[in-house]
Amino acid sequence: MAMEMRLPVARKPLSESMGRDTKKHLVVPGDTITTDTGFMRGHGTYMGEEKLIASVAGSVERVNKLICVKALKTRYNGEVGDIVVGRITERRRSAEDELAMRGFLQEGDLISAEVQAVFSDGAISLHTRSLKYGKLGQGVLVQVSPSLVKRQKTHFHDLPCGASVILGSNGFVWIYPTPEHKEEDAGGFTANLEPVSLTDREVISRLRNCIVSLVTQRMMLYDTSILYCYEASLPHQIKDLLKPEIMEEVVMETRQRLLEQEG
Amino acid sequence: MAGLELLSDQGYRVDGRRAGELRKIQARMGVFAQADGSAYIEQGNTKALAVVYGPHEIRGSRARALPDRALVNCQYSSATFSTGERKRRPHGDRKSCEMGLQLRQTFEAAILTQLHPRSQIDIYVQVLQADGGTYAACVNAATLAVLDAGIPMRDFVCACSAGFVDNTALADLSHVEEAAGGPQLALALLPASGQIALLEMDARLHEDHLEQVLEAAARAARDVHTLLDRVVRQHVREASILLGD
Repeated sequence: MAMEMRLPVARKPLSESMGRDTKKHLVVPGDTITTDTGFMRGHGTYMGEEKLIASVAGSVERVNKLICVKALKTRYNGEVGDIVVGRITERRRSAEDELAMRGFLQEGDLISAEVQAVFSDGAISLHTRSLKYGKLGQGVLVQVSPSLVKRQKTHFHDLPCGASVILGSNGFVWIYPTPEHKEEDAGGFTANLEPVSLTDREVISRLRNCIVSLVTQRMMLYDTSILYCYEASLPHQIKDLLKPEIMEEVVMETRQRLLEQEG
Repeated sequence: MAGLELLSDQGYRVDGRRAGELRKIQARMGVFAQADGSAYIEQGNTKALAVVYGPHEIRGSRARALPDRALVNCQYSSATFSTGERKRRPHGDRKSCEMGLQLRQTFEAAILTQLHPRSQIDIYVQVLQADGGTYAACVNAATLAVLDAGIPMRDFVCACSAGFVDNTALADLSHVEEAAGGPQLALALLPASGQIALLEMDARLHEDHLEQVLEAAARAARDVHTLLDRVVRQHVREASILLGD
């Protein structure tokens, strides 16, 4: 049986040339962002004495009169209309609830839903009032940092490589085999338990490793980046994608392709 | 006086430092991918690791939830191999509980808890090698870990210890200097505003000397802030390069 061992190696510091020329205003907590009181304060800032002070470490973003600091890693802040993926951990135990929901959603089920409302203390209420939301059947879940999921018009993508992906804004990414035909009448509450073919399973595993590589190298996740990463990873075996040097290589290629496509 | 001379005539300490000089500090953020935030710090030979989880739902009894702010829960633990003599109980003993309480007090002052009502923030600190100034190293490591987790804070919390020997205030005590039995003061500071988050001393010190020792500790804490600031900026810069856009 072949065994692979790795020894720790000193980290190479990142070269400045790798990034683009955008001079971002980076701040740490306690830094004064501005003393101009005309600005409204957004996330990541607070008002101290007469000036706006940063409360997280990140880059300053200014939209007209609103200043906020975007931290590197944040807890997910719900916004109305976001798609989220999550697992039911607990449910209200009341009579009406028993009658209505028990048949459809149980504790432990994985679901996709949309944010309906956000309360003042941060609690979120979700709804699955559309046929595209509901219980998720067979597939793979990847948990990433919410700050790496790009805000897009739609978060449900059917990738040409043969699988579909749901990019939850809360950082939960669900990869599943593309359904053969859209079952409009069934709705989202019956799970498809037919066996998944080997080719589909390989595509899904490869996608999962690609997403993990992108996240490790701190790249934003959206349909194009995932697709390019998948295509760049094809020469390698699926299990090799978890090795650091191959991860770096694949993500570097993805980054270059994305840059070429933009510029 | 026979025995170890904590401060020589020329003004050098046991390890060759000057009275107000800090030990070499090296720190790294984001050492664990699984935790929300993590950091590792070395202050001379004192090594501490901090891990932060949160903000998340209150674990255990819901009754403990505060309706308007987050609960900060700190746990201090020192490894059995961290001191000269192997420790029996890594956590749960009196000193660890007290340290946990002090850390909680410190961070409740700095973290903007009003932004996360009814949630809990867990800070776990582990000392891997204790060579004096363990409280300070823990606070510094925990600050970096909280920053790594993206939890909003008023400012950095920088801590340092100080002592008093031969009418001179010493900053950043090592184990040898602490064991000698003189007064020791631990100070946690919010550098931008100069506000004190925690000040602790359990020895006898004449009040005339207090200001001198406090000043030495504050100056050392600001030096620590300069170093931690550099570490955090470097980390943010690298991450923003990777993120691109």
